[in-house]
Amino acid sequence: MKKRIYLTYPKELVKEPFIYQAAKLFKVATNIRQASVSDSLGLVALELEGEPEEVEKAINFFIEKGVKVEPIEMDVVE
Amino acid sequence: MSYIKALKCRECGREYPKEALHVCEYCFGPLEVAYKYDEIKKSLTKEAITRRPANMWRYRELLPIEGDPTVGAQVGFTPLIRARNLADSLGVKELYIKNDAVNYPTLSFKDRVVSVAISRAREMGFKVVACASTGNLANSVAANAAACGMESYVFIPFDLEQTKILGTLVYGSKVVSIQGTYDEVNRLSSEIAGKYGWAFVNINIRPYYAEGSKSFGFEIAEQLRWKLPRHIVVPMAGGSLITKIWKAFKEFEMLGFVEGIEKTRVYGAQAAGCAPIVTAVKTGSELIKPVRPNTIAKSLAIGNPADGYYSAKVIRESNGWAEDSTDEEIIDAMKLLAETEGVFAETAGGVTLAVTKKLIAQGRIPVDESIVISITGNGLKTQEALQGRLVLPPVINASLKEFDGLVKSLEKKYAARG
Repeated sequence: MKKRIYLTYPKELVKEPFIYQAAKLFKVATNIRQASVSDSLGLVALELEGEPEEVEKAINFFIEKGVKVEPIEMDVVE
Repeated sequence: MSYIKALKCRECGREYPKEALHVCEYCFGPLEVAYKYDEIKKSLTKEAITRRPANMWRYRELLPIEGDPTVGAQVGFTPLIRARNLADSLGVKELYIKNDAVNYPTLSFKDRVVSVAISRAREMGFKVVACASTGNLANSVAANAAACGMESYVFIPFDLEQTKILGTLVYGSKVVSIQGTYDEVNRLSSEIAGKYGWAFVNINIRPYYAEGSKSFGFEIAEQLRWKLPRHIVVPMAGGSLITKIWKAFKEFEMLGFVEGIEKTRVYGAQAAGCAPIVTAVKTGSELIKPVRPNTIAKSLAIGNPADGYYSAKVIRESNGWAEDSTDEEIIDAMKLLAETEGVFAETAGGVTLAVTKKLIAQGRIPVDESIVISITGNGLKTQEALQGRLVLPPVINASLKEFDGLVKSLEKKYAARG
């Protein structure tokens, strides 16, 4: 499966190589499609491809590390 | 006759077929409806619009459906009120209220977007319609789906108040309460939209859905006798409405129906407890920094607005500004609007009026030019916000003497007989 998400890194995590780590730890292909990183905020549009469980694990990994994970549509609860 | 040309990426401009698509495969940018403006220009006139029934479909060439609307034929053309009492109170000359608190059928501007979304979804062959919502959107999807005999699913966070659910359940919608954090509910909704072949109005149908908001702007221009207001204040949640009002004004100008758009300024309003777009405008930032909402204006509580970036862009482009208002200011403004104009708006309306007051006080909105305040929902839906904020009525026994005493205490002179 392929999943498209937005990652938001808070200021204190901007320098962390989580995408690299996720690709090493889980069987997912990570593909950065858009990114905007400053010293106070990091925004990354990421495509994750792999078995559904592996994609899920990678997403949970980001969340556990303190990165906000959102669908590409951002907030859909209106 | 269809005037939809294609779907077009707002970022890279790539075109896509007019199907249920919403994200650009290349750059992940949001897709938007593009029209055959040359053909619209040839066939649509102000006079033709004026002769049509008073609902939002009088601008149908500029709305993204191919046939006749199949639901919500009566939506829109809500009153634009010349608010003289409120104008006096704010010390301004020419003030209007666009009042979608009385939009049909569920008393919010969401009926505009939902009737477009469902009509388009039916054209594309969808049988089930869905949304994730905590309020107005849920009501509107449930009601409009019921009206055209479609099955509907509404996803809500598990901790939503009972009273908010009733206004959706009553229409026979399948309401699913999801246990989890807001972010989890959000992610699951997007996954469901991706997995099930349903018309998720604000996800896979979003390009069509969002266009419905343009009718709010078209109506204001027509109701001002084909003029654009100099200043318009718009509440921002996901930020779509403000961008579509601007698009509506631009389309009318392009078609030659109005002129002088360069004089119109657009202002965004948010609650202080959830103001990511206002912050971006004030700091001049391109990035919208997500926030965790904490405000009584629940219908504006979107921490990471999908159209935040584009809203800030419209505000800058029009030389407008953005402001926020505290819960206290929101309540005061709701009362002021009700007491001066007899309009009971939801909390979002309080936000918009409170922000308008602030912008006037700051001198950003001059007192002698036309101003429109956008009211998008009805106060009857958010009455809990006023709990404990109004003076309760005096209680007397069924005795004329006691009533006389009460009148006396009011220190007002009424002509009484005998």
